[in-house]
Amino acid sequence: MKTMKTLARILLLLLVTSFARAQAPQDVTPDVLVKAVTLEVVDLIAKDKEIQSGNRTKLIALIDEKVLPHFNFTAMTALAMGQNWNKATPEQKKLLTQEFRTLLVRTYASALAAYSEQKFDFRPLRAKATDTDVTVNVRVLQQGAQPVPIDYNMEKTSAGWKVYDVMVGGVSLVANYRTEFANVVRESGIDGLIRNLQSKNHPPARQAAEKPAERQGADKK
Amino acid sequence: MIFRLTLACLFAALAGCATTGEGDPRDPLEPLNRKVFAFNDALDNAVARPVATVYHEYVPGPLRTYARNFFANIGDIFIGVNNILQGKPGDGLQDWARFLFNSTIGVFGINDVASDMGFEKHNEDFGQTFGRWGVGEGAYLVLPLLGPSTLRDGVGQAIDIYADPLTDVRPISLRTTAYALRFTGNRADLLDAGRLLEEAALDRYVFLRDAFLQRRRNLVYDGEPPREARPRYEEEEEKPQPPQPEKPSTQ
Repeated sequence: MKTMKTLARILLLLLVTSFARAQAPQDVTPDVLVKAVTLEVVDLIAKDKEIQSGNRTKLIALIDEKVLPHFNFTAMTALAMGQNWNKATPEQKKLLTQEFRTLLVRTYASALAAYSEQKFDFRPLRAKATDTDVTVNVRVLQQGAQPVPIDYNMEKTSAGWKVYDVMVGGVSLVANYRTEFANVVRESGIDGLIRNLQSKNHPPARQAAEKPAERQGADKK
Repeated sequence: MIFRLTLACLFAALAGCATTGEGDPRDPLEPLNRKVFAFNDALDNAVARPVATVYHEYVPGPLRTYARNFFANIGDIFIGVNNILQGKPGDGLQDWARFLFNSTIGVFGINDVASDMGFEKHNEDFGQTFGRWGVGEGAYLVLPLLGPSTLRDGVGQAIDIYADPLTDVRPISLRTTAYALRFTGNRADLLDAGRLLEEAALDRYVFLRDAFLQRRRNLVYDGEPPREARPRYEEEEEKPQPPQPEKPSTQ
């Protein structure tokens, strides 16, 4: 049960922290970038009454603007696909990346909605100045519980530092989807996986009608 | 002879499970595990989640924190024991210092004053202690009521439960109340995570299993497992990448 509880926090925090748009992405070190954006997003949410009262559209817009530019979704999708990535056509790759991105943003929005005043401990970067692939460590502190580490694996690209994996409590988001993706591809091919993700992201009307009611209950507390 | 035959049958049965579909090598008992998973799920939907939801809705936040801290404080005793068994006496003493300060200044552990004093809470159990000394995790298991585990961690959990100070609480009615309160609080803390899992996973069984196995591996290494090289795939980005062999990194 204790492990389940920790796992819970992990899932909760899976994408809770986030990154703001850097003024000069080339000059900013990755740890400074993570810190600046995390604090900016948390601050924006704390100030926004609409988001706090459960306005998901607005929250997703905020994530879109502040967080997503710092993620390399193509790399994330490729890593989650593993060997199957090389078998996909360019068109399939485009669709997969698009759907995986939508799925992550939806999950992310839910994680942020559950966020409640935890404190952050931004760890100094343990890397050489010449490194182009680093891990930025942030820890989320909570009363009566072990701090939850959030590790961002980041890579230096021509467009600045980009996240290609997030690990919460040692659980890699990308690795966690690898088995799921491989299972679906084995059963119904890459197109099957795309269809699967699409139906998850755009649920049929009946389910969509049930969702808001469920969320209301969640936001009441 | 009969024993051997039984053993042979058992292995045949296990092999039979393993060969149905192309299952995960870490999860040879998947068909059975999925049944237990469904059972746990049904029980959760019928009892645990509704009770936890009521608890979360009607018990004020500070009271829930007191209850959480109280049980966490009791847990620190054996977290300390496990740290010492893992050859980390410094961490173990810190856990016991936590227990000392929280039980006194923190009033029976309901306030986590030790964290504010700089004594960080750790996460240890007997399963991790086995792992620390090289015991492999063995097959993945979903235990009735207890949820995700492995062969190694299941044995660890049995010792955890045996060692749990709550086990010795008498009268039985008080012990049952304490168990129920702890379980309800834990389940209530999981409510948001349950909704997230629902949204994130294509197959909740697989998602939870993989997260659990990754998490346990990380805990055995106290949060610092050996870093694995990032595999490369073609056309991953606009800029050209030197090809490198794929290294599977899920274990």
